[in-house]
Amino acid sequence: MTVMEQRGAYRPSPPPAWQPRTDPAPLLPDAEPYRVLGTEAAAKADPELLRRLYAQLVLGRRYNTQATALTKQGRLAVYPSSTGQEACEVAAALALEERDWLFPSYRDTLAVVARGVDPVEALTLLRGDWHTGYDPYEHRVAPLSTPLATQLPHAVGLAHAARLKGDDVVALAMIGDGGTSEGDFHEALNFAAVWQAPVVFLVQNNGFAISVPLAKQTAAPSLAHKAVGYGMPGRLVDGNDAAAVHEVLADAVRQARAGGGPTLIEAVTYRIDAHTNADDATRYRGDAEVEAWREHDPIQLLERELTGRGLLDEDGVRAAREDAEAMAARLRERMNQDAPLDPMDLFAHVYAEPTPQLREQRAQLVAELQAESEEGTAR
Amino acid sequence: MTTVALKPATMAQALTRALRDAMAADPTVHVMGEDVGPLGGVFRITDGLAKEFGEDRCTDTPLAEAGILGTAVGMAMYGLRPVVEMQFDAFAYPAFEQLASHVAKMRNRTRGKMPLPITIRIPYGGGIGGVEHHSDSSEAYYMATPGLHVVTPATVADAYGLLRAAIDSDDPVVFLEPKRLYWSKDTWNPDDPQTVEPVGRAVVRRTGRSATLITYGPSVPVCLEAAEAARAEGWELEVVDLRSLVPFDDETVCASVRRTGRAVVVHESGGFGGPGGEIAARVTERCFHHLEAPVLRVAGFDLPYPPPMLERHHLPGVDRILDAVARLQWEAGS
Repeated sequence: MTVMEQRGAYRPSPPPAWQPRTDPAPLLPDAEPYRVLGTEAAAKADPELLRRLYAQLVLGRRYNTQATALTKQGRLAVYPSSTGQEACEVAAALALEERDWLFPSYRDTLAVVARGVDPVEALTLLRGDWHTGYDPYEHRVAPLSTPLATQLPHAVGLAHAARLKGDDVVALAMIGDGGTSEGDFHEALNFAAVWQAPVVFLVQNNGFAISVPLAKQTAAPSLAHKAVGYGMPGRLVDGNDAAAVHEVLADAVRQARAGGGPTLIEAVTYRIDAHTNADDATRYRGDAEVEAWREHDPIQLLERELTGRGLLDEDGVRAAREDAEAMAARLRERMNQDAPLDPMDLFAHVYAEPTPQLREQRAQLVAELQAESEEGTAR
Repeated sequence: MTTVALKPATMAQALTRALRDAMAADPTVHVMGEDVGPLGGVFRITDGLAKEFGEDRCTDTPLAEAGILGTAVGMAMYGLRPVVEMQFDAFAYPAFEQLASHVAKMRNRTRGKMPLPITIRIPYGGGIGGVEHHSDSSEAYYMATPGLHVVTPATVADAYGLLRAAIDSDDPVVFLEPKRLYWSKDTWNPDDPQTVEPVGRAVVRRTGRSATLITYGPSVPVCLEAAEAARAEGWELEVVDLRSLVPFDDETVCASVRRTGRAVVVHESGGFGGPGGEIAARVTERCFHHLEAPVLRVAGFDLPYPPPMLERHHLPGVDRILDAVARLQWEAGS
């Protein structure tokens, strides 16, 4: 028998039948970002909710301008403004129940404040008197995360732990477009999908990671499309439409709470201000683009809807602005007081019990302070 | 007086027993990692835990070290005590950002509001013929990261006691398991296993008057062997097992060096920027007037961990330690 004849006689068994693990079709985002304001869907929106969203948007905008002003006065080391993105911030906070958890990134101070955190404590990190000013357990808000995407696995782990304990708690993790390129984004989404953890991932796609535009960040059709690869639904929403963002987030939160697993939401929005007060945005984008997005302002969109339907009048608009002014005045006044600092805090929270090495170093600082104060008295 | 029945056991058995006892004692203890479930881990340290406690408490995770440690952070935030396994020393590097930026700092960042009781088990070190990325001694990275405890056992009893203490700790602990000692046998009292010194205390494993060998983990048995061999040269070597690199026990170490006047630090990881430099500096600062010679280091060479057929030339062995001891007969100007 020749080799060729032997080959002809060889009949391998067929491979076991391959099946996709999940039907991808229902996971795919819509082609266009979902919108409510200015569409027929708006008629179904809860007027009370729209009014709450509006009040929070106006407050949020004023908070952003006040905090930016505080950087110019040297009261804040830096402030990453979310002007233009307030709808995402506000909807994120309002879509959660009290028992739920928020995992913010460094730009999400407004969502943190909307959760009930003291506006001054929310700025502690940026003021520089400590890293996290608030007690994360008081309002169930994790520390603002400066490293990108690293808070996402925390959200997954917390949600997973809550489910193991039998609590119907949902975790919402916020991230920007640049953060979706990080490895932790991938690992968090994969863990969440495998564990079917009650987590919602909200990507605020504001167009730029500092200066790098989305086109240089990803080749995906949209960031929401990334969800399909993990086996979770991806949703695309107009991030400047507060009603739409709230609806999509609330749906995802409801689904997660009911045991339906995680969702990835991409909110398409725009950062009107620079990355932070220290950034010069004119080096990487043109005025025309910024102006076009100003026309799609989240406050104006909602204000038009509310006034058009008679849910808000001039007095209402004025009242919202006055509330925001009062908040800004209180914030200004409190931020203009010097933060109380205790140098011993340096050693207080490294370990539950300080190591002998830290005890020695603490004693050294005590001696230095003592010498300083004696020197001061002697003068 | 009852006589205690000492039984032979391996370090691996003691570690498994420690995990099992911790899980039985505290329902918030969760074991997680790659292959820790039905397989019982590639070194079988988690053997039987998934069966006994369920896969919700001994969980096979996706293959992703940052994800394993990152989700453990969230679990700890919600009141659990995760014990994560990093399968091999060099596989832990992807998790380093979670370790350095969050695990080590969360208590500090939140002014003590959010401590993270996470135990990170890392089989480390060489001597088992592993191919590359399976034999690193990365303790210097962990030591240089404030907020972490770093401990490593050298005996069966310590493997049990230190792991129980690590899991009980309200702070994150990097628990380095010397993998070439996994199968080393020792007599041990499994009925009363937790009879060890607390975390942060070093232990004198052998007393002597001529010089102190300061060591830990996989190098402890090597130093004991060297001390035995040194007797033929007329040297009585004291061997101090650090057990804990953070916190560091200056007291026990310095008390020994003051008695002997001479010291050699022995470890597998590279000498440059390694733990030995820190230890030698601490000893010199505290015991200068008691020293008869400079504090010497016997460490791995300053190179990436070598391939298995060459590792015996890299690892500090008895001869290299005895050479260093000989150099302790130091005279001014030499």
